[in-house]
Amino acid sequence: MTQITDLGVAALRDGIRTGEFSAREVADAFIVRVSQARQLNAFIVETPEHAIAAAREADAARAAGETLKPLAGVPIGMKDLFCTKGVQTTAASHMLEGFKPEYESTVSQKLWDAGAGMLGKLNLDQFAMGSSNETSYFGNVISPWRRQDGGNAPLAPGGSSGGSSSAISARLCPAATGTDTGGSIRQPAAFTGIAGIKPTYGRCSRWGVVAFASSLDQAGPMARDVRDCAIMLEAMAGFDAKDATSLQLDVPKWEQGLNPDLRGKKVGIPKEYRVDAMPGEIEALWQQGIDWLKDAGAEIVEVSLPHTKYALPAYYIIAPAEASSNLARYDGVRYGMRELPEGANLQEMYAATRAAGFGPEVQRRILIGTYVLSAGFYDAYYTQAQKVRTLIARDFERAWLDCDLLLTPTAPSAAFALGEKSADPLAMYLNDVFTVPSSLAGIPAMSVPGGLDKDGLPLGLQIIGKPLDEQGVLNASLAIEQRAGFTARPGQWW
Amino acid sequence: MSVDTATVKKVASLARIAITDADAERLAPELNNILGWIEQLGEVDTASVEPMTAVIPNKLRLRDDVVNDGDIREAVLANAPAGEHGFFTVPKVIE
Repeated sequence: MTQITDLGVAALRDGIRTGEFSAREVADAFIVRVSQARQLNAFIVETPEHAIAAAREADAARAAGETLKPLAGVPIGMKDLFCTKGVQTTAASHMLEGFKPEYESTVSQKLWDAGAGMLGKLNLDQFAMGSSNETSYFGNVISPWRRQDGGNAPLAPGGSSGGSSSAISARLCPAATGTDTGGSIRQPAAFTGIAGIKPTYGRCSRWGVVAFASSLDQAGPMARDVRDCAIMLEAMAGFDAKDATSLQLDVPKWEQGLNPDLRGKKVGIPKEYRVDAMPGEIEALWQQGIDWLKDAGAEIVEVSLPHTKYALPAYYIIAPAEASSNLARYDGVRYGMRELPEGANLQEMYAATRAAGFGPEVQRRILIGTYVLSAGFYDAYYTQAQKVRTLIARDFERAWLDCDLLLTPTAPSAAFALGEKSADPLAMYLNDVFTVPSSLAGIPAMSVPGGLDKDGLPLGLQIIGKPLDEQGVLNASLAIEQRAGFTARPGQWW
Repeated sequence: MSVDTATVKKVASLARIAITDADAERLAPELNNILGWIEQLGEVDTASVEPMTAVIPNKLRLRDDVVNDGDIREAVLANAPAGEHGFFTVPKVIE
């Protein structure tokens, strides 16, 4: 018999509606599973009472014969970058340890309004800066996956949404929120054999999300399949007057619109994504993806995105520049920690607080950002990067003249071991090579599991779409999902 | 362009992050490595390109000029590391 915790969002929602099981049974099953998986360190805080309250409400509504809300009784994980009223919100930093927001982020509120419950706050890279979840103040998140090589090397769950990816693939929650600034939803999804979509910039409100790089930050769902992502995204998206860059558009019925028939669609293969030193298995999976999309009726065309190689360096100017500005707010005065050495003045208090409260990667990025924005260097670095960003966006606009969607690998490697890349910041940055360009252009992109490598680790394929065409992205991802038949799951060793 | 330890200290001071001499020694080559890699952007011809200001065209909205928030002093101060009499407190600024 299938365990409740093996079910996804749609199956849980439907089972609660039909009375196959109660919402309380669902909540209890996941709460127990979360409590038994603390070795993975996926959660910073567990909130069973929140999940139980949502379950009670769903069961009461059903007993009263009311129409159930879209996510009634579905317990989810919340990345600890979303402010949750009265529940510690840390961005995985020492700086915000103990911070209990007096308000709720728009995205989390929308999920609660849709009937979802919260199992806890999920670990992440500190201030979402990282690709391996090794920069959290609360310790590394460990992927439930292990290489089939006889060794038990703990693997990175990807980052920054590594608590989310680890928890979903380990069946600790059916879905979770993520945020994506340069690939932080898609790369961890690929590393753990789950699905995740970064919608068009502006679809999901940034209000109440701890800011990293505001022109890039975008929330999105992570879950084990495409349908579950569509359901979650419908609940998370929508106009919010409190976010100046929120798009004033209706939320499409993405779940209802799912259709894996790609006849009449053209899918572009960007030749510049064939990077040096890409493992043969990823090259082969990409070809397999092409064949799957052809089988679904799509026409495949080669396209060129000539400025691809400049996306990463542009990103590592723009994101740190925005971070250095956004993180100026942590001054030890209004919220967060304060470090006040004996006899220190105000300026010394700021500097001591920020030295003690920010981890090494966060400090590194603030310093890079401060440097590239400083007098004399601003034009050479920041303005040049924003011009290159225009060219990268233009590359995509030109590609859309020849195709409707793009297919690429999600990451240039399978999950690496914890500690394998953490000594070299640059090597870590290069893991974002396929996800950063679409972040810079603000366009929707999704990772979906494609297969396993020779070590039995998941590999992901990425679908990139035109602005606002989440439906097209979801549909092509669904076509891949149906053909990939990805059923692998990590063994339960914890 | 190469940053030395004096530059690292100056940038850290601008960023209000206290660093030691040893931190500066460690950070200088790290930052140089990253900045050296970033500098490849200089080879892109951007003479006729406008810097991007918005990824998705979006008209900025105006709202009515009315008070729509406030009267939440306790909530604003709730997470302050130090506060007194309804104010944030900091070390003495004026002698």
